[in-house]
Amino acid sequence: MSDTTLRNATDRVWPEDGVTRVPAWIYSDPEIYAKELKVFHYGKTWNFVGLDCEVPEPNSFKRSWVGERPVIITRDAEGEIHVVENRCAHRGSLLCWKNRGQAKDITCPYHHWTYNLSGDLMGLPFLRGVQGKGGMPRDFDKSKNGLTKLRVAVRGGSIWATYSDEVAPLEEYLGPEILMRLDRLVSRRPLRLLGYSRQIVESNWKLYWENSRDPYHATLMHPFLSTFGILRTDGDYHSVPLQEGRHEYTYSQYDPELKNKTSEASKQIKSIHSDLEVKDKEVVSSVVDEFKDGMMGAFQVFPTILVQQYFNCLVVRHVIPKGVGAHELSWTYFGYADDDETINRLRLKQSNLVGPAGFVSLEDSEVLSLMQPVVESCPDSVQVLEMGGHGTEAQSTMMTETLIRAFYDFYRREMGL
Amino acid sequence: MTAPVRDEVGRITRGELRDLFDDYAACLDAEALREFPAFFTEDAKYQVISRENHDDGLEHASIFCLGRAMIEDRVTATVEAALYQPRSLRHFVSGVRITGEENGEVRAEANFLIIESLVEREPRILMVGRYLDRVVREDGSLKFRERTCVFDNYRIRTTLVIPV
Ligand SMILES: [Fe+2]
Repeated sequence: MSDTTLRNATDRVWPEDGVTRVPAWIYSDPEIYAKELKVFHYGKTWNFVGLDCEVPEPNSFKRSWVGERPVIITRDAEGEIHVVENRCAHRGSLLCWKNRGQAKDITCPYHHWTYNLSGDLMGLPFLRGVQGKGGMPRDFDKSKNGLTKLRVAVRGGSIWATYSDEVAPLEEYLGPEILMRLDRLVSRRPLRLLGYSRQIVESNWKLYWENSRDPYHATLMHPFLSTFGILRTDGDYHSVPLQEGRHEYTYSQYDPELKNKTSEASKQIKSIHSDLEVKDKEVVSSVVDEFKDGMMGAFQVFPTILVQQYFNCLVVRHVIPKGVGAHELSWTYFGYADDDETINRLRLKQSNLVGPAGFVSLEDSEVLSLMQPVVESCPDSVQVLEMGGHGTEAQSTMMTETLIRAFYDFYRREMGL
Repeated sequence: MTAPVRDEVGRITRGELRDLFDDYAACLDAEALREFPAFFTEDAKYQVISRENHDDGLEHASIFCLGRAMIEDRVTATVEAALYQPRSLRHFVSGVRITGEENGEVRAEANFLIIESLVEREPRILMVGRYLDRVVREDGSLKFRERTCVFDNYRIRTTLVIPV
């Protein structure tokens, strides 16, 4: 498909002021949403689908999603990983109903067509009919009627899939800055799955995507962060867009003394109650400094995941669009195969910080779910993005919206808007 | 013949358990969170875990408290720091059963249903599932040594703010 076709899919026009303004219709227009899925999730991107510890043994599977499409991650008898659509090639019914498990092959519940774990059609009942009647035509070619297979890439313990033959190899798509951050978490030691939290948030997926590119709100809307000195506006902080806005990372160095310091910035934040103390300190501190780098940071890999590390709590947030006005956040918590009981306990305890009930994350989905009906009611309104100026460059402050501007710079180019 | 269902194990009766569960539900319905930790023993485990994780033997729980101190911390964080839209919750608890007894504590189970009412919204089911409990008598009143709330919802609706 040519770029022209995509451009003609909608006659929407972006406001004249460029990336310092975002039109509200991008959060509610079904045509825009359909185009996003086509251009992004089903287009030239690599989509995160899961971790290798979710399919730990040969002959295992796990369901996942690429955009709105259900897929299955499989590990075949030889240990190789495949990603196929969870859609029978026969009549399109959902093949795999169980979330995760063991199987040697995949049989469709509807007419029992059977596929191997790499998606090839192995057989179907009554191929030759019954008593010489019915059955498939003689020239029916099983090899041409397998499941839709996605291109797969595995990096450390992370599994990625794409519909595109043209997208660059995963390593190139991620780039050195993301690769370093991803490898730090998933490539040094074998992973161990701790479990999932899932939440459905009734807002357009981009509202969440921007939210995690928005350090401006972090200490204001999440009082827990500043109160317990996890993150403060006056700490060392860097907001870095990558590949002209496609991905990004933020970075700060954890300062255990931060809580005891007061400053002009901390006085500006009304929500700070510096008299608050947690009783169980293990929840809010790096008892075990497992990476030996004091790095507190987050990164986004467009268009599917964000990773934000708090202490020893390791989790991938998978953003799955569910229609123009909703997204699922699927949180996969993990540790390492050689974790001892102490570090495992810390990971479980610190997972109270993030997730649907997370001390520093529950506000996001509260605010965004209330925001969606408002932006839907005023599709021609525009949002203002001028914190930190008008540019899209890296900045060493939390008081900036440069990462959101950089995202929309990228978004407009890709969407032809 | 199978063993008769016992209404009483040790000194803890099914009726007393029902009272405990009703008081607990009333505390949460009233959002009297400061009173919530008193339902637990000092060494209690309190968790809210998806059925998906629970059935698969995965330990991660969306709310995970080891010890009453962590329960108190969650209350402090919710009351003093968390930002969330106003809501009314109603907890419906049914099918209270004693399922076992060891070392002076009883194991009990019950179903829960939580209906959430938000501003400008029709009431809807926030969560449905079951409690898996270990209950002891401490200084004359019943306390949870463990309350594992296993929710059937595949996904949590928006957020989980008030304990289950
Ligand atoms: Fe946030």
